Amino acid sequence: MLKDDPLANILYIDLSNRTFMTKKRPELFDRYIGGAGVAIQLLHEECPTGCDPIGPENPIIFAVGPLTSLFPLASKTVAMFKSPHTGNLGESHCGGRSAVAIRMAGYGAIVLKGASDIPIYLSIHGNKVYFHDASSLWGMGSSATGRIIRENETGGGLRTIMRIGKAGENLVSYASVTTETYRHFGRLGLGAVFGSKKLKAIAISGKLSVPVADTKLYRKMYEEIYQKAVESPVMKKYHDLGTAENIIALNKFGGFPTRNLKEATFEKADAISGEAFAAGYLGRRLACSHCPVGCIHIAALREPYEDEPYYYKTSMISYDYEPIYSLGSMLGISDPEGILKLMDSVETAGMDAMSTGVVLAWATEAQEQGLISEKETMGIKFSWGDPAPYINASRLITEQPNEFYTALAKGVDYAGSIYGNRDSALAFGKNEMAGYHTGPGTHVGSLIGLRHSHLDNAGYSIDQKVLAQKQTSPEELADMLLEEERWRQILSSLVVCFFARGIYAPDIVSKLLPLLGFELKLEDINRIGTEIYREKYRFKTREGFSLDELRIPKRIFETSSPVGKFDESYIRRAIDRVKKIMEKQGAD
Amino acid sequence: MRLAVLETERCVGCQCCMFACSRRQDEAGLTKACIAVKSVGGMRRGFTVIVCRACDNPPCAKVCPTNALEPGKDGGVRLDMKKCIGCGHCQDACLIGAILWDDTTNKPMICIHCGYCVNFCPHKVLGLKKKEGVAHAKR
Ligand code: SF4
Ligand code: SF4
Ligand code: SF4
Ligand code: SF4
Repeated sequence: MLKDDPLANILYIDLSNRTFMTKKRPELFDRYIGGAGVAIQLLHEECPTGCDPIGPENPIIFAVGPLTSLFPLASKTVAMFKSPHTGNLGESHCGGRSAVAIRMAGYGAIVLKGASDIPIYLSIHGNKVYFHDASSLWGMGSSATGRIIRENETGGGLRTIMRIGKAGENLVSYASVTTETYRHFGRLGLGAVFGSKKLKAIAISGKLSVPVADTKLYRKMYEEIYQKAVESPVMKKYHDLGTAENIIALNKFGGFPTRNLKEATFEKADAISGEAFAAGYLGRRLACSHCPVGCIHIAALREPYEDEPYYYKTSMISYDYEPIYSLGSMLGISDPEGILKLMDSVETAGMDAMSTGVVLAWATEAQEQGLISEKETMGIKFSWGDPAPYINASRLITEQPNEFYTALAKGVDYAGSIYGNRDSALAFGKNEMAGYHTGPGTHVGSLIGLRHSHLDNAGYSIDQKVLAQKQTSPEELADMLLEEERWRQILSSLVVCFFARGIYAPDIVSKLLPLLGFELKLEDINRIGTEIYREKYRFKTREGFSLDELRIPKRIFETSSPVGKFDESYIRRAIDRVKKIMEKQGAD
Repeated sequence: MRLAVLETERCVGCQCCMFACSRRQDEAGLTKACIAVKSVGGMRRGFTVIVCRACDNPPCAKVCPTNALEPGKDGGVRLDMKKCIGCGHCQDACLIGAILWDDTTNKPMICIHCGYCVNFCPHKVLGLKKKEGVAHAKR
């Protein structure tokens, strides 16, 4: 990297002792680029083996990369921690203003250690770190918290405000961290790790300059990438209807999970499509910092007050493909207003929308089957398509007033292990499934993916592009998934948004890195991708993860997918392939 | 010509204009940006784009103790870095907050109405306009 690039600065904050210091570690970035590559090294350094994910020893690491603030769509921050949800690798990505704010404050990474004894929030403005008493914010929803900190802090227009809601405080294992009201470190429970440290929020701002090796070439390359971004049809699609555009396509294809995946098409998909949301509710579009696309879609929901005529409340609620799936079709809800209200409730609590929806879908089926009664649910009668009980239940998950809701707050895998109906408890590696039943690719992808996320290796895309066209062996599938996931280690080390993966193709990346002082050939970049993958896998196995012990919910074999039905042996063969490859690499 | 904010309601808050203004000065980052984008009390309410609107008889120039701000013929000002002592009076005089600050030089950053950022606003918020567009009493 370039000698004076502030990217090399790592800010260490000790929440127990309320101290901070900065270390320069250029060698770490030279070797692993930034983002995920650097974060996994810091996690290995800072996280003691076998530590309690909600104990003070579990560190939180944020990392950005060399392209952050320099190129469009380099808009993401990588968070790493030990996940309270899966017990192994916690990794979650978030946009908003977070990445640019961290880089412009002068850091490549931030490491949080220890825990506070009283509620606090942190503000990091350039090279100063402040610890604030957050007792008056504790118990507040995530939006209200954001508003109060916004009014109290400097750095307007240049800052990120990361915060948790009540779910994080109450250690729901899939609690999220929200930034800028609408973006999230959604998956794997970073919110609970914040909560366990009594850390309510972090505000970060700065406005530095960053050196580049050749300013003329920089401007030229920038213009090329910018043009590609604004002209690309994929990007136009994300700006027009947003990710919700995929609903009709996925449904037509027959891969749109519905009613806890008892079906894979939703008869009322048209009513909850991106088109329907745009026509009826779209109120505003937003972008992450330095993103010309602007895929964030905000619905304006107007609700009358019942006690007085002409009295309305207007809420601005962000929607995307995944929450429409998990809090919509998965629960059989076809009323967009009902979905928006449920999303709003989950957002205020600060929980991962995907996990929450899958948990509630499982609970509905368990109640249908008589495994749980209204005694457990505290009088709630779940019913496909009716939003009100789900809204109430989402609050109860946050509060955990009894054993049942405490179990739901630990995720569907745990709830299924206690109450039964486990074969329809849709989690892979303990992380609740995403909105794709496109074929075996998506499920194998989530099982072997290091975060058990559909974005690890985009198995849903391989289903649609490859498996739907030709017979593919499980071994071939595994190889494709691994190749994609290794390359994504590079994208998430730079760090660029995965939506821009078509723009940041390998040849472009290898041209950009020298501008930032990284002399890496394409084969070096690929080697680093493989190494980062291996380092993450090493963390997982260190924490007890094993490909042999992956539970596969049988429901995915029962409901036909667009590529037909598939069986467990196909999936196991793919997993075996990955295992062999990883064993061989470990031995090398 | 002056830089005009044509339609703030279309702004998605991407900050591409801010980064563009830095690049026109051969810089990367935000230190040198002469334009700012802020949410209107949270992103749910949208954004305001803050940039010099090229006043006639610019108030910022009037308060400068060293005559470092020279009014341009199309309105607005040019900063003479050598004369500027970084006192910040101009910042107080600009009601719309369009004088940003470079903390590394301790000098103001003021839009020169070059139009470079217009090419990088993806959502047609910014444009270059003839001076007439500014509504205020003629001298
Ligand atoms: S900086 Fe402010 S006061 Fe000066 S010309 Fe621009 S808008 Fe007017
Ligand atoms: S900061 Fe510079 S330009 Fe502004 S009033 Fe003071 S001397 Fe003049
Ligand atoms: S018009 Fe030129 S000086 Fe003014 S904000 Fe845009 S790029 Fe910067
Ligand atoms: S580039 Fe345009 S849309 Fe983006 S922040 Fe600037 S004015 Fe708004």
